Amino acid sequence: MKNKILPFSVIIIFGIIFFIFYKSLQNSNIYTPDKNISSDIPSTNFKDFYSNIIFNSLNFFQGDKVYLLNIWSSWCIPCRQEHNFLMSLKEKKEIILIGINYKDNKKNAENFLKELGNPYDKIFIDNNGTISIEWGAFGVPESYLISNNKIIKKYIGPLNQQYVDEINLLIK
Amino acid sequence: MRFLNIIFLLFFLLNLTSVKGEEQDRINNITKNLRCLICQGQSVYDSDSEFANSIKILVENKIEEGLSEKQIYNYFKKKYGDWILYDPGINKNTYILWILPLLIFLIGGAIIYKKLIKKI
Repeated sequence: MKNKILPFSVIIIFGIIFFIFYKSLQNSNIYTPDKNISSDIPSTNFKDFYSNIIFNSLNFFQGDKVYLLNIWSSWCIPCRQEHNFLMSLKEKKEIILIGINYKDNKKNAENFLKELGNPYDKIFIDNNGTISIEWGAFGVPESYLISNNKIIKKYIGPLNQQYVDEINLLIK
Repeated sequence: MRFLNIIFLLFFLLNLTSVKGEEQDRINNITKNLRCLICQGQSVYDSDSEFANSIKILVENKIEEGLSEKQIYNYFKKKYGDWILYDPGINKNTYILWILPLLIFLIGGAIIYKKLIKKI
């Protein structure tokens, strides 16, 4: 009986190790952030792009309205790609577009908006990128759908037709 | 009197730089334990990406606000999940990692102990 315990336990240990390795082979090693989140909006101090007045996010966002917060920059090429989609969303009355100008030069940002149009109802500045980090951003462009003071959806990368259709469906 | 003033000033300046140095050490320690999520195999400390640089500034701000190291880790964990930490705690995804080596060590120890007892 005693002699049987040793090989038996060795087999069990190897079985467990094999099972763990086999399971982890199936998992993707590429990190994919969770996009379907429902978290409260963070408390951050925004500086207005034009007037330099400071707003706190908790006071600024109203619970009964739907917002799309878009992080953009004039030096970011994908931001140019998504700009038309933002312009199309501007025509929707149900949604308020907020822009966060990420690590940008004010003059360049103004030229960018002059060239492609300004889809935003309000623009804030993020000079050192910390506001975007407080919102849980990875880079530019990135968009957050906000309703009832909660982030209900996160769009990493440029907006496309599929995302816009989804936003239109969600705000109805 | 003048001599004393100079000494006092020097002492003050030296103290100031050492305080600043301590703060930088804390920032370095924390950013070495944070993963740069948009880089390949780099910590926030190692990376010079826009993402990492912003996190470095935010860590500095949080230290100035008086947050402890643990509070800062929790803050980033809440924003980006466990993946941002190089040293994740025990949870349902990592408990096997923590328990398995201990289990193997105990079973191995028991086997060796039994063999030794047999020999004696």
